[in-house]
Amino acid sequence: MTVIKIDKTEFASGLEKLKGSNKLFSPAKKGKDFEFAKLDAGEVPDLEGCRNTGMSPKSLIYPQSETMFEYTTEEADPDANLMKDVEKDYAPRVVVGLRPCDAYSFKLVQRNFESPEYRDPYWADSYEATAFISIACSQPYSTCFCTTAGCGPFHEEGSDIILAEDGDGYIAKAVTEKGEKLLADAGWATTAEGGEDKFASLKKAAEEKVTSSIDISKVRDMAILDLYEADFWEKEAFACINCGTCTFVCPTCWCFDIQDENKGKEGVRMRNWDSCMFPLFTVHGTGHNPRDQKYMRLRQRYMHKLKYYVDKYEDDVLCTGCGRCIRMCPVNIDIRRICDKMNSYVKA
Amino acid sequence: MLEYTNKIQEIAKKILSEGKVDMVIGFRKGTIPMMSEPCFVTDADGVGELSFDSNCGSNLANYIMDRKEKIGIVAKGCDSRNIVNHIIENKIKREQLYIIGIPCRGMVDRHAVGAALGGEILEAVENADSLVVKGVDGEATYSLVDMLQDNCKTCTHRNPVIVDEMVADKVEEQQDTNPYEDVKKIEALSPEEKTAYFDELLSPCIRCYACRNACPLCYCPTCFVDESRPQWLGKSQDITDVKTFHFLRAYHCSGRCTECGACENACPMGIKVRQLTKKLNMDCLETWGWEAGLTVDARPALDQYNLNDPEEFIK
Repeated sequence: MTVIKIDKTEFASGLEKLKGSNKLFSPAKKGKDFEFAKLDAGEVPDLEGCRNTGMSPKSLIYPQSETMFEYTTEEADPDANLMKDVEKDYAPRVVVGLRPCDAYSFKLVQRNFESPEYRDPYWADSYEATAFISIACSQPYSTCFCTTAGCGPFHEEGSDIILAEDGDGYIAKAVTEKGEKLLADAGWATTAEGGEDKFASLKKAAEEKVTSSIDISKVRDMAILDLYEADFWEKEAFACINCGTCTFVCPTCWCFDIQDENKGKEGVRMRNWDSCMFPLFTVHGTGHNPRDQKYMRLRQRYMHKLKYYVDKYEDDVLCTGCGRCIRMCPVNIDIRRICDKMNSYVKA
Repeated sequence: MLEYTNKIQEIAKKILSEGKVDMVIGFRKGTIPMMSEPCFVTDADGVGELSFDSNCGSNLANYIMDRKEKIGIVAKGCDSRNIVNHIIENKIKREQLYIIGIPCRGMVDRHAVGAALGGEILEAVENADSLVVKGVDGEATYSLVDMLQDNCKTCTHRNPVIVDEMVADKVEEQQDTNPYEDVKKIEALSPEEKTAYFDELLSPCIRCYACRNACPLCYCPTCFVDESRPQWLGKSQDITDVKTFHFLRAYHCSGRCTECGACENACPMGIKVRQLTKKLNMDCLETWGWEAGLTVDARPALDQYNLNDPEEFIK
């Protein structure tokens, strides 16, 4: 794949060209954190200022609230009581300046929304319409553990182009065909002398800065029920207040709830992010709740990410190691600590 | 307050080994700088886990409701006021508790420290009056007083109001702190300006309910936002639904809020949710001279009717 050098001026002018036929999104400071916002004409993203956004970019593909259908109960209307698709905007979009872990997260989430058996049209169409220009991490947080969560600060899977800061510009590597096309559309074409080698050495230096880790080597071989019935869950869940922070800031948490909302005779069917931390998540129509205690809900989240998913797909964890849940949890529930409890568990 | 840790451990060890309590609820040191995690200890040999510093902003009264055990609990001034609330509201019995009182000098706002430092806090060392913080670009020293949570800056009940054993002598209470200055400013706005103000205040909300769940007052078996038969509130990011949640929650806290700041401490988006509860606290104070959780011997302002209650609002 092509590896080129882009100086900052070329970078800005290339983005302007891309804005002609794409909507661009990038991190922008809002309140105490950075969040993804649309880049208007003339705006250049602040890629260096943002180590990572507070919320992940998942809402760009999968909004927290998304209308799927609309309906009317007005009998005079020939379409009365029919659920009708709402108009969607799947015009080409480019996300610039997300971190490689976040770009990779979409690949994990894709397993859920776009499998050989099922295709979620909203997620899949939105994902297909989007290209990702990620920026490799040279300054990971102390809470980042990406290198042991199946990705890394220079991880390429999920990105179409990956940028690495290099002096007064970027080394850019096209990872996919989509990425090659973007390079051409932006007019970025200066070959980087020894680009691949430079990229590799920056990658090595960045990976050495990721000092935090998780280990599921023993979890893989444990019996699900042994781990499920382990004695540490209640103690570890004690502090948990069962808010939805960890699930909402997580780039790989994908659960949603479907709701109808109407005003008068007009209504919409929408879906909203849901959270396995909420008691309501599992309440049955009868009123029975199979996960009626908070340790059960906490156990579900970590078992899903670190055991069920791993077993089902015979793959790595359902986590990219971005560390948001660690940084944002109000009571310091730390996935690394829970993972350690799981991995070191010995059945009595 | 660092010296409190030893004393907490000593008291916990004593009451656990004497069988006075089944468990001690306190804090353990966090896995990242400037964080603590609520925890419990049931074994006298395990008290070494307990720790205390200026990063213990969670309200531990949130962890005792409806428990059946005999509990030792570490309580700052605000925590103790919420324990009083719980006793009044029959969420726990006084006889079940052994209250380990913390004379509190205020909790540090880690978000403010992060903002002042301009990035991630890699290491933090707390001294008697100062905080030495290491970041990516170097080190900075802050005075603890300058970095307190908003509620702690204006707190006038730093010493526990109900206690079995103090970990140290009482601290001097702050006087004339003027906690409602910002509420008065909002009150002076026009209705349109108020709407704009609250839209702006609450629009970052992601409805994770961390504020509600961190609050010891919010213990309804089913919160009104979770009611589904009938459903009272939409679940989306619609600003009217978001505001309805926050406004109604605040009203449910009228005459009960102790200004502990657990809600703001918990909010992942940094929303100043106390802007709402403070208004109701101010009204309770100005109308009935009521401050929540100061004594188990008085019924709360909104829990009783007196012939001499002000009634100017009846036109």
